[in-house]
Amino acid sequence: MTTPSTVAVAGATRSGGRGPAAAARRRTAVIAYLFALPFLISFAVFMVYPLVASLLMSFTDFRSLDIPTPFNVGFVGFEQYTALFQDGRFVRSLLNTLYFVGVGIPLTMVVALALAVALNNGINRFRTVFRVGFYAPVVTSIVAIAVVWRFILQPDGLLNTALGAIGIAGPDWLNDPWWSMPAMILMAVWRNMGTLMVIFLAGLQTIPGDVLEAAEVDGAGAWQRFRRITLPMLRPTLLLGAVLLSVGYLQFFEEPFVMTRGGPLDSTLSISYYIYNEFGFGNYGTASAASYVLFVAIALLSLLQFRAFRAKG
Amino acid sequence: MTPSSTATPVRRRRRRLSLGRALVYLGLLVAVVLTLIPFVWMLLGSVKTQPELIRRPPTWLPETFTWDNFTAWFTRLDFGTFFFNSVVVALFTVLGTLVFCSLVGYALAKLDFPGKRTLFGLVLVTLMIPGVVTFIPLFVVVSKLGLVSTYPALILPFLAGPLGVFLMRQFMQEIPDALIEAARIDGASELRIFARVVMPLCGPALATLAILTFLGSWNNFLWPLVVAQTADMYTLPVALSLYSVGQNATNYGVLLAGSVLIIVPVLLLFVLLQRYFIQGIAVTGIK
Repeated sequence: MTTPSTVAVAGATRSGGRGPAAAARRRTAVIAYLFALPFLISFAVFMVYPLVASLLMSFTDFRSLDIPTPFNVGFVGFEQYTALFQDGRFVRSLLNTLYFVGVGIPLTMVVALALAVALNNGINRFRTVFRVGFYAPVVTSIVAIAVVWRFILQPDGLLNTALGAIGIAGPDWLNDPWWSMPAMILMAVWRNMGTLMVIFLAGLQTIPGDVLEAAEVDGAGAWQRFRRITLPMLRPTLLLGAVLLSVGYLQFFEEPFVMTRGGPLDSTLSISYYIYNEFGFGNYGTASAASYVLFVAIALLSLLQFRAFRAKG
Repeated sequence: MTPSSTATPVRRRRRRLSLGRALVYLGLLVAVVLTLIPFVWMLLGSVKTQPELIRRPPTWLPETFTWDNFTAWFTRLDFGTFFFNSVVVALFTVLGTLVFCSLVGYALAKLDFPGKRTLFGLVLVTLMIPGVVTFIPLFVVVSKLGLVSTYPALILPFLAGPLGVFLMRQFMQEIPDALIEAARIDGASELRIFARVVMPLCGPALATLAILTFLGSWNNFLWPLVVAQTADMYTLPVALSLYSVGQNATNYGVLLAGSVLIIVPVLLLFVLLQRYFIQGIAVTGIK
């Protein structure tokens, strides 16, 4: 907004675009652009340009050998995209990513919500200790912690020893195509529940206590209060959590990179991993097309979540 | 803290439900112990010998305590260089982000200019764009400029973070216009107002942004993996991940020690500054 004083004067002379007020507006605009300049340059070079270039590249047969002469590449239209969907490995990576997202997001949200509600209800002592404990995995490097999990998930590692103690014979998590993805999801839930817990806690604290009390006086049980009051009032927060999580989960890459190399039998090959591989082979056009498929998937999933959460309200 | 804590009747009733509360405490205690086990396992494992690490069933406490896994990082591997690289990249990324984002944040929050809404809209849209969409053209640019395996390549692409712009703009909007107007009437230039009036009030937002940016940079992986192609430019996660494959994949002690060296500094920082970390997440989440 302009300053009040300039607005008042500018209103009178806006149509003319001359006079001292208009000059002041122009001056403010110039100053504003000077403030924005460092960001604008770096935003244009490192965000807008690559975005556009990546889209253009996805319609060409750009390969790593073309770097010295980027304008000599051939235009191939949607060929890269059709080729992608005929590539069994890409389709597999798409399905794997959907599996990871489809199971991982609801699971993380349920765990985080349970923790947040537990921490919000009558826990006054040690609240900080609990919060720090649950949040600690969030600050860790995925690469570093994946190394630790790879060790824990060995066939006779810590997890299976613990399972064995209660009579369950655990699988060879990372070498069994059935169990490799559940293992990734387990680790993702562990690492990301803290972020959502903190967001949900903040959301829970905005729910007015007197509404809950009124319901309690009217005889609503704890579960009913949660279903009928807490959950509906928490909807915007839940939506935010779901969107944040899906943007992250759709891009998962480091976990399989460190723990399984995408295997066994491509069972943990994600879209990002596929893109990274194609990049490694020098197929920049294919990789760009795949990255736009991922981008569209993120946009669609976010849109879907907005609709789903709004429809219920 | 909670709004309901002012309601004495409910509170009194809750206090009497001590069995339920005890169960909640117990459940949380079990959950927090389970959550922290990977950290404990990592720390204990990093000081065990290789024969003990591959022995079955696994042992909890190390039978023979050894620092060898850590010394390996300083002798056989070049930990000093990797650590230095990670610190330099994180430091400059944080500094640059703070400067760039607060400058543009001020323009978006307190100045009027044509294209303002478009710019802010664009920033919001890019919040959702995955890094894999931009990294290939970025790599082409970086290699054409001859910047592969240099610090600028590791730092520059992260100074235009849309999250930082969003955060600073939201925070600066809360600063009363009257304060800025008063300084303008006193004849202060916009740069002076920004530096002397606005920035001193932005402490909490800057702290949050610094922490989030530092974490993002310290743990960043895909871009450094692509652009740091010589060992002298590896950051810590890149060095660890490249060491963890092939013939060293079963070198558990050294791998766990590497994880400790990456995770523990950040974990300590987090425990010390946990209020700012958590505030930051809650603020960026709720706004």
